[in-house]
Amino acid sequence: MEKLFQKISFASATLVLLLLLGIFTTLFLTAKPAIDEFGLGFITDKRWNQEVPLVETQNPDALQTTQESSVTDDESIADEDDVMIEDEDDMILDEDDEDAVDTKTVFGGLVPIVGTLLSTLIALVFAVPIAMGIAVFLAEIAPKNISKFVGIAIELLAAIPSIIFGMWGLYFFAPIISETFGGYQVSLLTAGLVLGVMILPFMAAITRDSMKTTPDVLKESAYALGATKFEVVKDVIFPFSKVGIIGSIILALGRALGETMAVAFLIGAVYSIPEKITDPTISIPVAMAVNFGEASGLGENALFYLGLLLFIMSFAVISLAKFYFLKRVTK
Amino acid sequence: MRLVVNKIFLALSLLSALIGLGFLGWILITLFVKGLSSMHLSLFLNDLVDGGLRNLIVGQFVLALLASVVGIPLGMVAGIYIREYGRTKYAEIIRDLSDIMVSAPSIVIGAFVYAIAVAPYGGANGFAGIIALAIMMIPIIINTTDSMLSLVPKELREAGIALGASKYRVILDIVIKAAKVGIMTGILLAFARIAGETAPLLFTSETSNYFSLDLSSAFPSLTVSIYNLANEPEKASRDLAWAASFILTMMVLVVNLTGRYITRNKK
Repeated sequence: MEKLFQKISFASATLVLLLLLGIFTTLFLTAKPAIDEFGLGFITDKRWNQEVPLVETQNPDALQTTQESSVTDDESIADEDDVMIEDEDDMILDEDDEDAVDTKTVFGGLVPIVGTLLSTLIALVFAVPIAMGIAVFLAEIAPKNISKFVGIAIELLAAIPSIIFGMWGLYFFAPIISETFGGYQVSLLTAGLVLGVMILPFMAAITRDSMKTTPDVLKESAYALGATKFEVVKDVIFPFSKVGIIGSIILALGRALGETMAVAFLIGAVYSIPEKITDPTISIPVAMAVNFGEASGLGENALFYLGLLLFIMSFAVISLAKFYFLKRVTK
Repeated sequence: MRLVVNKIFLALSLLSALIGLGFLGWILITLFVKGLSSMHLSLFLNDLVDGGLRNLIVGQFVLALLASVVGIPLGMVAGIYIREYGRTKYAEIIRDLSDIMVSAPSIVIGAFVYAIAVAPYGGANGFAGIIALAIMMIPIIINTTDSMLSLVPKELREAGIALGASKYRVILDIVIKAAKVGIMTGILLAFARIAGETAPLLFTSETSNYFSLDLSSAFPSLTVSIYNLANEPEKASRDLAWAASFILTMMVLVVNLTGRYITRNKK
């Protein structure tokens, strides 16, 4: 019985390892056709689901058999924005179509990658100062019962489902932002700011915990020397908990990279590199959420390629935060 | 001068806290105003196809509940392994990996489950949704179990062993009992978290307009339907989405606060 229990618990623990390996392998294998087709150039290619003429112009009949299933014969789909919706006709290789232009569909990940990075950057720029302020307030300034109340309130903000942030952001936050800064209601800016609100609680909570690890003796000696609260925070607490604070920022960054639903409401889901901060664009999770249902064949593989890139990015960022910066903070 | 700088600093810090509280207040007030004005008793009696939310609320609850049935035992037993049996490098690695998985992008987990349980099966199904939510839940439960067990004093374990109990008896009868409240809190927080998830369900269980308890086909989900309804142009759909959002958030926050309350009471 003892042995059996130990075996079961060992197996359950191993499940975590298998899941991670499984996720990685499955993403890789499902993305494989797209990886083979586009290679690493995928990352720097800003075309998504665009028809480009095949370079070789051979006998059209011979080509038709080698084409990918997602190739469209219908040249009436001229509007690039509508190409997202793949026609049912795609599957039918219509030999009678006399005006058929041989094309292949190209997928590139640059726009979602840039969109992900920029929206995360905006979120950080917005959230870092406020989170630091909240953490200082909770750890150093507020009396105990107020600190407790505010602390719970901030954690409740973290508990609100992300889809709620999306709806609230779209109907109440975005109009204010677009009135203040101009531009579209759905844009990189609104998505980034709402993302910032969402990561605030994580950042504030971890920063507060790091700040609390500062030994009271250090703080008391600074106060005894006549230091003000600001000086104690700046010269004693901050240097002492610097590593933990950076860790909390990077961890929040890791979370922001993968956030889907709130951003899906707000970023606009348009495949174009934003020229201004108020332009709409798309991020990797949103590309997956929005296009998954309609994608098939190579398009689906390309989405998995994006998912694989996202998984690797967030895995790297989160491990950096947890194991380089936060190791000291957690017991 | 120093005192002025200090005053400004204190004011900015207070302001940050107020901004944080302000966002929470703003979102909650929005939910109350928009949600309650669209709220009606018939929402709980009709399914989405008749303009109600009954099937969605039941569906979301069933998904989260069954995911917990899978995720909680697995997570707890794995947590027990890394805290009680694992003085090894291997246990350390598992602990680190599960730590990372807590923050893994939920949409990627959804895509993974799509590839293993939806695409081969040929269509959206409730089981896939449960798997996706369980995958999200397991690392959270592992982490709570691990840290709660670490708070149990060593003397309790030694006392159990000294009485001649075998190790797994000590763990199940003494250590787990001692950490019960903390683990319960962790479970409730994890439940609240997965109950509000949308992204992992988007292409696994999808959603359904009809009442269904059949896990082998698309399964009604409150969150996925909120997403669909909120993007529809008709005002009626959006009002329904607000009512659904209100119900969802209240359920999530009540479970979350219950979890916090029981630990506070015990301490």
